[in-house]
Amino acid sequence: MASVGRAADAHLVDHPATSTGLPNTKLAIWLFLASDCLLFGALISTYVLYRGASIEGPFPADVFDIPYTSVSSFVLLASSLTMVLALAAIQRGDVGRLRVWLLATALLGLTFIGGQVYEFTTFVEEGLTLRTNVFGTSFYVLTGFHGTHVGVGILMLLTLLGLSFGGRITQERSESVELVGLYWHFVDIVWIVIFTVVYLIPTGNPPVAPGG
Amino acid sequence: MADTDVAHGAAPESTPGGHGRHPGPKEYIRIAIILAVITAAEVAIYYIEGAQEFLVPLLFLFSFIKFTLVVMWFMHLKFDNRLYARFFLMGLAGAITLFLIVLLLFQVF
Repeated sequence: MASVGRAADAHLVDHPATSTGLPNTKLAIWLFLASDCLLFGALISTYVLYRGASIEGPFPADVFDIPYTSVSSFVLLASSLTMVLALAAIQRGDVGRLRVWLLATALLGLTFIGGQVYEFTTFVEEGLTLRTNVFGTSFYVLTGFHGTHVGVGILMLLTLLGLSFGGRITQERSESVELVGLYWHFVDIVWIVIFTVVYLIPTGNPPVAPGG
Repeated sequence: MADTDVAHGAAPESTPGGHGRHPGPKEYIRIAIILAVITAAEVAIYYIEGAQEFLVPLLFLFSFIKFTLVVMWFMHLKFDNRLYARFFLMGLAGAITLFLIVLLLFQVF
């Protein structure tokens, strides 16, 4: 039990001295995430402002497939679990499990992105493009930015996986996994908000077209 | 207590590097199950006709709970140095303020 306790505490390692006493890299990622909150705050505000303002369809209710998007939400939530399991593994010094969970997280992220590509393709076939109306513009920009964040996260995960095979991810250097994990969970919490605000909260009746 | 679980009462600022002790896999799985159940509830109430009157407040409540669980447990803000939480809350408060100003300005409410 004592050895397990030491292993569990192994991530509580010292870092180069800083004025705050905290690792600068972790402070920096939290500052970045705070700034990203503002980016997504602006995009979500824009979407809420414009989603019911289109004169011509398709309107949100015409294209959204809630059961399909719900599955995507479950996939992204599951990827957050596999991410923290990867962190827990490396904090125990279990590099093998770290690789398994990192790969699982990346695959779940790819599944989410694949689902988003399929969703966008379906919407375009139904007549909703970036230029169709203000709903389409604000929807694609918001969810596209989120999808881009997921894509960047997948690249980070695969980079970590590659580094682990080079022996550069160790129990003592588990902070790099934690930093990528923070970014990945942020992508997840943004999706939690998007899923509610964009997909589940109903839009009011579409405006009546002039002369209609 | 299981070997993989750790105490949650660790003082966040008492450890080197500002790390509190992070939860173990069992705790993470418990949180993930709660998140999945809440998501299922969100989708369910979307389809329940009798709940339409309370749909928006319920969805916001569920969303808030999920958001908080991920930030506190998966992102470890419950366990780590409070300075990280202050940084994040600063950005979050900015985003919420921006959201409210835009919607009030354009009379969306």
